[in-house]
Amino acid sequence: MLLHITSDGLPIYQQIVDQIRYRIVARQLKPGEELPTIRGLAESLRVNPNTIARAYRELEQAGLIEKRRTTGTFVCESPPKCSAAECRRLLMPHIDNLLILSRQFGMSCEELTEQINKRSSKIDFQ
Amino acid sequence: MNPDAAINTARNAIEVRKLSRHFKNSEALCDVDLDVPNGSVFGLIGLNGAGKTTLIHHLIGALKPQSGSVSVLGLDPVKEPVELLRRVGYMTEEDSLPSWMSVQEMIDFSRAIYSTWDDAYATQLCEMFQLLPQQKLKRMSKGQRARVALLVAIAHRPELLILDEPSSGLDPIARSDILEAIIRTVSRDGGTVLFSSHLLEEVQRVCDWVAILHAGAIVQSLPIDDIANRFLEVTFVVQSPVDLPQDLETAFGWQQNLREWSVIVEQDEWQRKKPSDYRFANAVSREATLQRWFAGQVTQRTTPDFKQSQATELTDV
Repeated sequence: MLLHITSDGLPIYQQIVDQIRYRIVARQLKPGEELPTIRGLAESLRVNPNTIARAYRELEQAGLIEKRRTTGTFVCESPPKCSAAECRRLLMPHIDNLLILSRQFGMSCEELTEQINKRSSKIDFQ
Repeated sequence: MNPDAAINTARNAIEVRKLSRHFKNSEALCDVDLDVPNGSVFGLIGLNGAGKTTLIHHLIGALKPQSGSVSVLGLDPVKEPVELLRRVGYMTEEDSLPSWMSVQEMIDFSRAIYSTWDDAYATQLCEMFQLLPQQKLKRMSKGQRARVALLVAIAHRPELLILDEPSSGLDPIARSDILEAIIRTVSRDGGTVLFSSHLLEEVQRVCDWVAILHAGAIVQSLPIDDIANRFLEVTFVVQSPVDLPQDLETAFGWQQNLREWSVIVEQDEWQRKKPSDYRFANAVSREATLQRWFAGQVTQRTTPDFKQSQATELTDV
């Protein structure tokens, strides 16, 4: 798996969590698909194995991946919907960013919503 | 896995106690205490001249402690150098390999020294690093010579790999090969890595422990995740330095830009004091980064003289 690790302040395990979550949600990683081993991913990303283990733990707690004993780590067949509160917590910083940027460009909330709808129809989440 | 690994049952691969060293009139190391846990990738960070290389020379038995003690894999590096060096891989930033040798000669030479030498692994590394066995070291680039040094340091699958600023002056691909070798050493062979560097980005990536060596002393040593978990960077905007919280006991690394101040504080103290103090109402806090923590520890460690800074601030306005 080719993930991009940058040093712009976001913790490395968080970068890994975010990118794998994105791949699962965007169906680049299909339900039931096997993830690389902790050791393998650590070597290919040149990142401490503990960091990968922590990222996998977070993804497991979020119900996106599951460890099957002796066989490996897989994308869950049916990722559970996260709670409304959890969704809000994850989305909030991004919404704030959007609002700040759009306000700076003098864009109204309605215009922003319209842009989001337009964009949403273009991205195919299946 | 290396059968000798069982011999070292201690919890720490390296234990240094009260180690001091003088060179003529200068104090290179002063009462250094250091524990490197087994199986960790340990980052030793510090400015140039902080004493990193001097400390490492004590670990491989190249220097004898003037006072204090050093134990590596449960052995005394000065008394049992042969047994120790058999189990340790060592690479330095300097180009210290004999340049008249070819890659193959270097490999044959090293195989004769190390009883645990792994020929298949050496061949694999040779291919991975695209080294030509017949090429003489003196005709190779700095990056390729560093790869040869790395091969020689890891092909006997050492229990402990010591890298003294391995990346300085190398191109990004060569640095990346070094990082991969570090990860392999811990993840496949269950070894321990001590990695001295001032490239914090690399330390952040591969290390799970980190210690700062500053002016010959260990300032702090902790699991790298503790930096974000334990420390906050707090930013204040104040009308006058008199309004700054001068009673934060754990604060270090004060920085100022006009009316804006930033400081590193321990989370516990911050959570305890913030609610009760009006001066902190406008403060913004976030988890400390490795970069900020390091800069704070090695530059402005004590609380600045706020009266003094008031004077400088007036000239700024």
